Amino acid sequence: MNKILLGLLLGTVLGAIDGGTAYFTPSVRAMIVGIVIGSTFKGLIAGIAAGIFARKVNSVPLGILFGLFVGFVLALLVALKQHGYYFEIILPGSLVGMIVGWATQKYGAGVQTKHA
Amino acid sequence: MKFLNDKALERLRGSGVPDLSGTRYELRELIARGGMGVVYAADDEKLNRRVALKVLDAASANPDLTQRLLREARVLAQLEHPGIVPVHDVGALPDGRVFYTMKFVEGLRLDQHVVKVDSLPERLRLFLRICDAVAFAHARGVLHRDLKPANVMVGPFGEVLVMDWGLAKVLRETSESNDTVFARFAKENPGDEETQATAVTGHGTVLGTPGYMSPEQERGETEKIDVRSDVFSLGALLKFVAAGTEGNKGQRLPRALQAICEKATAKQPELRYGSVSELASDVSRHLDGLPVLAYSENILERLVRFYKRHQIAILLITAYLVTRFLVLYFFHR
Repeated sequence: MNKILLGLLLGTVLGAIDGGTAYFTPSVRAMIVGIVIGSTFKGLIAGIAAGIFARKVNSVPLGILFGLFVGFVLALLVALKQHGYYFEIILPGSLVGMIVGWATQKYGAGVQTKHA
Repeated sequence: MKFLNDKALERLRGSGVPDLSGTRYELRELIARGGMGVVYAADDEKLNRRVALKVLDAASANPDLTQRLLREARVLAQLEHPGIVPVHDVGALPDGRVFYTMKFVEGLRLDQHVVKVDSLPERLRLFLRICDAVAFAHARGVLHRDLKPANVMVGPFGEVLVMDWGLAKVLRETSESNDTVFARFAKENPGDEETQATAVTGHGTVLGTPGYMSPEQERGETEKIDVRSDVFSLGALLKFVAAGTEGNKGQRLPRALQAICEKATAKQPELRYGSVSELASDVSRHLDGLPVLAYSENILERLVRFYKRHQIAILLITAYLVTRFLVLYFFHR
């Protein structure tokens, strides 16, 4: 499995799980479907970005930092749109980005060079 | 052309310094002196490069040792591997002594090098490169029989070269049937008794270095010597490499690594690893944080190993779960 596909799948799954935790917040439980879809999409974007980064840069610490950055930016955009829940959205979202950033560095096939 | 008279020849023999007149080499300096021969640095005037020249010690030169040196050169010539020092040329001095030249290796002996390497994984990776070279020689039907830190050189770029194949034994049976050094040797040297014999050395002759020699080698049981004798020497070498710098000497090795050393240096050959590849594979597994064949770990050790292997993932997932819990607890009570 290549790194981009790995990032896409892992980001999607972790994003969905992250969104699903909103179920434990009674005040937003009614909007759970929208939150899960939005979080899944956020994870998907972060995963693809981390996968592309991992194909170009081979460094676990940099991969984790990149994941943190992408997760943070996407979560910040969502939180700004919500006008609230900054910590609830940004902290876990950044950590999901870090996990995906680490996984795409550690696993998945990189670019294969062809020899004549 | 200038000829030396008998007196001058005797004087040269007495001084031990080889006379390289008539060869393409110019003597530079003495590098090392072993039991059988002396190694000098010399300049190859034709190719304009520095080489190492091994020649029999003048005092000990005899037909048997001459054959042995020639055999060493021929064995080395068959072992083309980045981890084995390559032979360039074989020749004879005006006094009749045989010599061969090989790559001049600039670097440090393993015992001088490891004291400078603090990282155990790095030292183990170095050991694996030695195993690669020895495993290659075994695949070609050649046993080294004198593996020790002084016989391994580490170059300035970390390249590892196994040296001094003077005690090498050419096996009769190898995995490569006819295409082996021995098979070629036997064809090329039909009259060579030592080549035709199973062992290069006769029964009862002890060759090797104490501490690195297998028990069967110490007892002079040459017919019992096989790849597991080199496995023993590599096990002793692994102990040395793992112990590393003076500062690390008192530190305990990881149990798995200790078990690997013990299995490799077991007194009975059948209790050792069956091949160098098996030993190297166990060391690799240890380096990768995987269970090793030589040691059965308990559940706690298994958990510790699992944690060490997946440390970053475990920390990230734990951080995520803790954050989620704190967010739920503090912001949505």
